Amino acid sequence: MTEKKRPLLDELKKGKWPSFVTEMEKSAETKPVVNSLLNLLERSFEEKRVHWKHGGIVGVRGYGGGVIGRYCDLPEEYPEIAEFHTIRVNQPSGWFYDSKAIRTLCDVWEKHGSGLTNMHGATGDAILLGTTTPHLQDCFNDLSDAGFDLGGSGSNLRTPSACCGPARCEYACFDTLDLCHNITNSYQDELHRPMWPYKFKIKISGCPNDCTSSIARADLSIIGTWRDSIRVNQEAVAEYVDNGLPIKSAVLDYCPTKCISFDKEKKEMNIDNENCTRCMHCISVMPKALRVGKEKGATLLLGGKATIVQSAFLSWVIKPFIKLDKEDNYAELKEIMEKIWEWWDENAKVRERVGELIYRKGMGEFLKATDLEPVPQMVHHPRTNPYFFWYPEDFAAEKEAKDANKEVAGSEVSE
Amino acid sequence: MTNPYYAKTDIGPPNFWNMLPQVIKDNYGNWLYHEKVKPGVLKHVGETGDELFTVRVGSPRLLSIETLRWFADIADKYCDGHLRFTSRHNVEFLLADGTKVDALVDELEAAGWPVGGTGKSLKNLIHTQGWIHCHSAATDASGTVKAVMDDLYDYFKKDDLPAKLKISMACCLNMCGAVHCSDIAFVGVHRKIPTIDDNGVANGCEIPNVVASCPTGAIRPNPKAKSVTINEEKCMYCGNCYSVCPSLSIMDPENDGIAIFVGGKVSNTRKGPEFSKLVIPFIPNEPPRWDSLVAAIRNLVEIWVKNAKKGERYGEWIERIGWEKFFEVANLPFTDKHIDDFTFSVPTFRTTTQFKFTDKK
Repeated sequence: MTEKKRPLLDELKKGKWPSFVTEMEKSAETKPVVNSLLNLLERSFEEKRVHWKHGGIVGVRGYGGGVIGRYCDLPEEYPEIAEFHTIRVNQPSGWFYDSKAIRTLCDVWEKHGSGLTNMHGATGDAILLGTTTPHLQDCFNDLSDAGFDLGGSGSNLRTPSACCGPARCEYACFDTLDLCHNITNSYQDELHRPMWPYKFKIKISGCPNDCTSSIARADLSIIGTWRDSIRVNQEAVAEYVDNGLPIKSAVLDYCPTKCISFDKEKKEMNIDNENCTRCMHCISVMPKALRVGKEKGATLLLGGKATIVQSAFLSWVIKPFIKLDKEDNYAELKEIMEKIWEWWDENAKVRERVGELIYRKGMGEFLKATDLEPVPQMVHHPRTNPYFFWYPEDFAAEKEAKDANKEVAGSEVSE
Repeated sequence: MTNPYYAKTDIGPPNFWNMLPQVIKDNYGNWLYHEKVKPGVLKHVGETGDELFTVRVGSPRLLSIETLRWFADIADKYCDGHLRFTSRHNVEFLLADGTKVDALVDELEAAGWPVGGTGKSLKNLIHTQGWIHCHSAATDASGTVKAVMDDLYDYFKKDDLPAKLKISMACCLNMCGAVHCSDIAFVGVHRKIPTIDDNGVANGCEIPNVVASCPTGAIRPNPKAKSVTINEEKCMYCGNCYSVCPSLSIMDPENDGIAIFVGGKVSNTRKGPEFSKLVIPFIPNEPPRWDSLVAAIRNLVEIWVKNAKKGERYGEWIERIGWEKFFEVANLPFTDKHIDDFTFSVPTFRTTTQFKFTDKK
């Protein structure tokens, strides 16, 4: 094969940041197919346009997801990459690997694909970038034999992901890694076989710092929190102050509820925990002195998504506090999740995310269907308009209360 | 040709527990605190007194297996074979022996892998596929990101910014990734309505789905052609119809480009998560190094570095000074494009006489 010049991409080998072009050229040394990919990319740079078509329906036996079909729109000119499918490999919780697992993935991908990867895709999977249809099943066979499985794609449960949690973080309020592993394994059918109105993403963060950006990009955000008090080590507080931490401007002034006071003489910090909203600022600035509370669990938020179609939504609170109990296999959380899925599956239009369905149908209907209790923690403020629904059961409850009152009143009179 | 053997399905991912280094297993859930050693290097201390060091390197996300094998070799050499990746495409080497940290950092740096991205630094840029592998990209992802990161490299290596700085990139409005809640987000945008290939629509697309895919109601069935029509006055070029119907191409090399949004965040720290807001409606595609984009982002970063108080994220700084003031400080024109006219616009309008006069308007 004659070496084509690629002056535009060569410009992106310059500079200090690691170059993706260099990475591709490393692969191209043993995989000629990557040379074609580079040539096509050079052409995209010249023409300022993509040369890929929509995904086709390709996959592996038994699954409806995990493979994204990808076809070049110039197959005659670039036959080597006429088909260039992506395989999503479900990452271990928290993206922890050992060198053996990395080498295993590399060996399988050397045998069956381009040798190019994304570590990782936005949803969390390890992405194997570029292979042909005949290789898909064999690649999956080898992955599966080596202990790997595919991730989600299409209208299914997408691969859940979690922050590093208790493995390397003192803020973790529950075992994010175990929960992620447990959910992923409990809902393998939902993950591999698209049967829902659209995608459903779960992201798990161990504390309100939300290192998986779950509120912005997960349908269901599971975020660690605590109900009791921040643990204060006053000696360490004094040490921070002695070492020059400007505690007023760096900590107190940034507290969103101004619930911290500092006794300059005693060098003690006092937190009015009832008014603390657990924003993590003080703890993040003074990790040696402050620790999350002991009564730990998570807040559940629902509905987050990017712009398309109606608008981007941030997830909103549907359950202020839930205990995440390994011993009962996270039964309470799973019951809530399954009720959400059932209601969404029954009511959503094609390609309607759960947040959009709630926007269309109303939180009232959603809460009834999922048996979740309306609480003020769910809203920034109550509604400002006088349009609200009344249901037959509201009147029935009123009547019942009235009758009960009458009975009480009647019995008083008879006495 | 195809192997008649079919693999076991539904086995799930490898168990993370088997991937953890011993020091993590020993201190799992019992970490006491952490501190910065130097930019890119963290030390976590357990209740037992055990120490865990993390060395973070930035990667371009697109990695060859040659590089991954080299990372595995490095992990074997320094970390008993243990490493992890972050949600922002960094690689983290995990080791219990602090005396090996400097040698590890040196070897990574010597091979061109930058150590940094912790604390008050520029975080690694998260991004999408772009022209390498996506059908709907309005700009390239890896190319723009490489150009921007080359320019802002020093901010990744140091950690003396006012606060952390998260920049994100998406190559179309599908916004794979959390770009819509970033300190600075740049997004590939289209500016012309899709072209309609009536035959293609008739033969390959589900018309009710196409009509339903439009957020502005711009698409109507065209029964005569068994196709659709698009109302030019209503279309906002999101490309969602193209996602469901390949015969409505929205690609336009001449007019596609990039928009920049700022001031978003995802953490609940101090203030809750916020969407990023539009500041630059359009920058043309300028491969290979996107000079205008790089200059615009540098300007946006520098005005924040110069004006923000210690601890203020991008959006917190703007909230303090006000958006009207921001446009003055940034020396950016404010246009009709900046005022929302999509679904939830009204609550974004100013309903008070409280505002600052600026010399622009």
